[in-house]
Amino acid sequence: MILTIETIIIQLAYGMLKSIAIFGLTLIGSLPLGLFVAFGRMSKFKPLQLFIKFYISIMRGTPLMLQLMVVYFGPYFLFGIQTSSSYRFIAVIIGFVLNYAAYFAEIYRSGIESMPAGQYEAAAVLGYTKSQTFFKIILPQVIKRILPSITNEVITLVKDTSLAFAISYMEMFTIAKKIASSQSTLMPFVVAGVFYYIFNFIVAWIMERAEKKLSYYR
Amino acid sequence: MKLLEMNNIKKSFGDLEVLCNISLSVSKGEVVAIIGPSGSGKSTLLRCATMLEKIDAGDIIYLGEYAAKNTAEGKALYAPAAELKKIRNYYSLVFQNFNLFPHYSVLRNITDAPINVQKRSKAEATKTALSLLTKMGLEDKKDAYPYQLSGGQQQRVSIVRALAMNPQILFFDEPTSALDPELTGEVLKVIRGLAEENITMVIVTHEMAFAQDVADRVIFMDGGIVVEEGTPKEVFENSLKDRTKQFLQRYSHK
Repeated sequence: MILTIETIIIQLAYGMLKSIAIFGLTLIGSLPLGLFVAFGRMSKFKPLQLFIKFYISIMRGTPLMLQLMVVYFGPYFLFGIQTSSSYRFIAVIIGFVLNYAAYFAEIYRSGIESMPAGQYEAAAVLGYTKSQTFFKIILPQVIKRILPSITNEVITLVKDTSLAFAISYMEMFTIAKKIASSQSTLMPFVVAGVFYYIFNFIVAWIMERAEKKLSYYR
Repeated sequence: MKLLEMNNIKKSFGDLEVLCNISLSVSKGEVVAIIGPSGSGKSTLLRCATMLEKIDAGDIIYLGEYAAKNTAEGKALYAPAAELKKIRNYYSLVFQNFNLFPHYSVLRNITDAPINVQKRSKAEATKTALSLLTKMGLEDKKDAYPYQLSGGQQQRVSIVRALAMNPQILFFDEPTSALDPELTGEVLKVIRGLAEENITMVIVTHEMAFAQDVADRVIFMDGGIVVEEGTPKEVFENSLKDRTKQFLQRYSHK
């Protein structure tokens, strides 16, 4: 059966929804988790600091594709646990969140460490508590400083969602590959490329607006 | 009445002894100027007084309440956190680099701590802030952000921020050192005005003429000790120690 271009677009749009789900859940999970990881990385408690350092180095030092496979197949091959079919999606999210949290943690850390000591000292003399100092004084300024780096990661994430094909999760890229091989046409890849581009165009637009919004001070 | 007593303060950074058995006491209404070459320990003394640095040994007493107390072993023991929190309300500090919060407007810089730390009402904090800003001629800057102000204006805002906490003692750590020379005058004028209102102040400064003019008592520090202490007349005109004379001579050429 030859698929029309409309059918291809509809099928890919369906896959796009899955890609968006990966994207959204990864951000919801990894942005806050990254902050905790950053705290662990900056902790004065050596064992925790070393553990986090090791975790970050593994996450950054090995391919995300491989990490997804470990999360997906690991429970069965390592522990003999039979996983259900719904685990595929969960594995994708776990893999992505763990990986992106490591990258976000390093971005947070660079931002937090770039804050001048004077801001902490002014807050201390004014009597702010540690958590008030962090959430009212430090974090808002850190967010402004790191926003361009975050934008970079978020845009990379849009494209990285395609790596879910490594464990055959039916997001857009996996579907495009399937159609392309069964129909012997490159059309699905072109359509997928356009979809990714539009997605990232929107992401970039939103991030640019966020940066503009924070440009009221220097 | 003594607002602050610091007795036999010792402080080292690694092997370097920065404060060697220094004592300082400040009475209500007094203006104390601390002068001395860089590295003399004068800023460290101020940072210890404001608890930005921890002392190794000695007592720090505000209004009769111990913030740190020397133990029998000769180590400073700090009061519990709740007590220190209360003591922090007795003083405020104006920094060399202002350290205003860049993401807050001028008004919010001044009112945020009174509202969120001292739990005063927003209306009252705003009223206090506006009247202080008006006094400093900065009422039209209340909605500006720090980066939109000159250095002198930023420093005046940070003085207002410190005053808005209603401190008993106001500390200044080289308040004009980060300013262009033509902007120091406006800041010194403000501090002079505060001295006339009998606000208790401890000022670390390199402005000798200003120290001589505004202080009730001048302390000359060098090498982590108080070399000489007295009225401006005693220290500037009739200094007893050679080190003081040498130091003042170098500055009088400026």
